[in-house]
Amino acid sequence: MADTISLQVIRYRPESETEPTTQEYTVPFRKEWVVLDALNYIKDQIDGTLSFRWSCRMGICGSCGMMVNGEPKLTCATFLADYAPNPVRVEPLTNFPIVRDLVIEMSDFMRKLPRVKPWIVRDQEKPLSEGEYRQTPEELDEYKQYSMCINCLLCYAACPVYGLDPHFMGPAAIALAQRYNLDTRDEGSKERMEELSQHEGIWGCTFVGECTAVCPKHVDPAGAIQRYKLSAAMDWFKSFLMPWGKK
Amino acid sequence: MAKRTIEPLLWTLFSAGGVIAALFIPIQLLLFGVVFPLGLAEAPSRERMLGLIGHPLTRLYLFVMCTMALLHAAHRFRFTLYDGLQIKHLNELINLFCYGGAIVLSIWTLVLLWHIP
Repeated sequence: MADTISLQVIRYRPESETEPTTQEYTVPFRKEWVVLDALNYIKDQIDGTLSFRWSCRMGICGSCGMMVNGEPKLTCATFLADYAPNPVRVEPLTNFPIVRDLVIEMSDFMRKLPRVKPWIVRDQEKPLSEGEYRQTPEELDEYKQYSMCINCLLCYAACPVYGLDPHFMGPAAIALAQRYNLDTRDEGSKERMEELSQHEGIWGCTFVGECTAVCPKHVDPAGAIQRYKLSAAMDWFKSFLMPWGKK
Repeated sequence: MAKRTIEPLLWTLFSAGGVIAALFIPIQLLLFGVVFPLGLAEAPSRERMLGLIGHPLTRLYLFVMCTMALLHAAHRFRFTLYDGLQIKHLNELINLFCYGGAIVLSIWTLVLLWHIP
């Protein structure tokens, strides 16, 4: 087994370049190393000017998402050994503007996320004296899968619809809306529906399903979107049959 | 209330069409494409088949199955054109082609079924 591996890393330095370029680095090959370890080796030993986001190294923080050989991956969970002896190509997540090197601009997502109110909405909080909001394990299971989302944006990089139409709300935001809709303590589904029943909400989705395929936390955003479509369609028919009903 | 869109109706037809197509078309394919040609079961006679298809309920079944499958295909093909060829700006034309096509073929199905003696 070779004792080195080469990394082709996209560089973009806006102060001196107008286009991203590729730079090749040779790093030691260790079978327990992930792509993020290789990037940190480059940063520490070879080229301190390389910029990339990372924090927890264990698939919790969601900051080290990058394209590895063209696929959106968490670089802390992507082993060099799966690509060796071939070179590994590391690029910033697609569908996002690049700030610098491997760092993407995620303001678009940060603006969209609060629009679906991803928190528990109550018409009226019950007084503290009445105790906690209780939930059965079955009720927890309803939404638990969607609550695993770490906002790593791999699903946005994988979604061709988001690539074509940046107005699309996108997989993670819809899955997170569903996470709170399915929570028995929540009363905000109507407000979220206002936002998501628009064309840029759920109806923009064309059932490609790549979001679910790339999700490192097995959240299944595609499933969330299809479930949401069903409830939105039911609402739509209800508003026809009972136009006098509550809007 | 948000802006009215017809998308929920189209999606419901797509969804229902998918379910119907996935559940029932394999039955016809299995019977008339595999079981009868291979002689695994005795094929019904022409007279019995005509009698069966002549029944209003059979015709209704065939009509619903074909129409819903066509509407499903129209919706799927529309989005394939959007994403695959990236021609979403031709939205109206694509809708006319896909859903119009499904409606025309549904009418043709109706005519065919109508003319069975």
